[in-house]
Amino acid sequence: MVQDLGYLKESPSQTAGPYVHIGCTPNFAGITGVYDTDLGSSMVNDKTLGERITIKGRVIDGAGVPLKDALVEIWQADAAGLYNSPSELRGTADPNFTGWGRCPTGADDGIFTFETIKPGRAPFKDGRKMAPHITFWIVARGINIGLHTRMYFADEAKANSEDPLLARIEHRHRVATLVAPRDGLVYTFDIHLQGEKETVFLDI
Amino acid sequence: MSDLSNRKPETGAFFQRDRAWHAPALTPAYKTSVLRSPQKALLSLDGTISEITGPVFGHSLLGELDNDLIHNFAKPGESAIGERIIIHGRVLDERGRPVPGALLEFWQANAGGRYRHKKESYLAPLDPNFGGCGRTITDEDGAYRFRTVKPGPYPWPNGVNDWRPAHIHFSIFGHGFAQRLITQMYFEGDPMIWKCPIATTIPDKSAIEQLIAPLDWANTIPMDARAYKFDIVLRGRRSTLFENRMEGN
Repeated sequence: MVQDLGYLKESPSQTAGPYVHIGCTPNFAGITGVYDTDLGSSMVNDKTLGERITIKGRVIDGAGVPLKDALVEIWQADAAGLYNSPSELRGTADPNFTGWGRCPTGADDGIFTFETIKPGRAPFKDGRKMAPHITFWIVARGINIGLHTRMYFADEAKANSEDPLLARIEHRHRVATLVAPRDGLVYTFDIHLQGEKETVFLDI
Repeated sequence: MSDLSNRKPETGAFFQRDRAWHAPALTPAYKTSVLRSPQKALLSLDGTISEITGPVFGHSLLGELDNDLIHNFAKPGESAIGERIIIHGRVLDERGRPVPGALLEFWQANAGGRYRHKKESYLAPLDPNFGGCGRTITDEDGAYRFRTVKPGPYPWPNGVNDWRPAHIHFSIFGHGFAQRLITQMYFEGDPMIWKCPIATTIPDKSAIEQLIAPLDWANTIPMDARAYKFDIVLRGRRSTLFENRMEGN
């Protein structure tokens, strides 16, 4: 016999269900008067540094139908590539940028929208620079454990070509599922849960 | 957002998630999972700075009644109807260490199993004094507590006669975005748990049992509310001793 390693098991995930809005965006669900605003509904203020952009998209199921009950969260670096987190030891992130946003997909059109800034580049574990990217986390009815993925920017072709994560995608035609096209200041990032256009999801 | 702990921030990557312990994406008995489950393998990524960091929320976020669902939606002088209970516990990581400053959000149906949501049409009535949402932040020991009424079971259109066991949904933020977790808490002794196509998406019986809160008689408040204890475990972190050395370039 040897010593017990003593580790606990992670609490198992369960689906967020169709009424996730009650807990995470109650004002959106029509439950007003409990919280002033829905958490994560605003990421920037007038003083936030960086290029203002809008990210729009949908979460689409295996039949090609957009989810109207999903909840999408994003987490990203500031314009200088720093994260607004205690675990960020490389410097102090822009205090006028939260780095975190949360948006339900629209009950009618299934569209989520984030008003944010374009992130700077942050290092991969070996010191190489990653291309600018935004981490996405998607939960919904029918999703048993939250899905992680990343959005990259179509107008960062050179940086994307050097990105260590994108380089590891074996089936090269799937890289495009993580790259959002730009139109003016709007990037469109549709997430396909299943099928031919299935988005690359990450086991982080 | 601010760090609530004087502990040195941790920067290690998280323990690999045991995906055999969690439910798989495709669980056909839970019908909605069929078209909402990825079919291709996940791409493995040892956590980078983008995942080992995450938002941390300050206690200043919280209103006075945020952890009191009996009163946070009620008219002055009134309260929600149902079995008054206290839910309390600790948020720990897989190493058994407390996770201070963790934001917990919870939501639930009322005592009759009815959710306050426009898409919900179960014939059980709404309680005019019950909204169903709450939140709190763990203290230095990782401890949390809130007050509510015990939710009722409710039917849902999956099988012809499927009912959810009484449950409370939890959303948890640890210190890294890779720890992000949503789960459900069940109640000790509920026979519906083992019939539920959602609870049983989890393949391992002992994993399901990790989501069942025992009655905590010691913390019951006489003539007021019974208590249930529900501990939550988030992913642990590797030691960072050799991790910050830049290699490669």
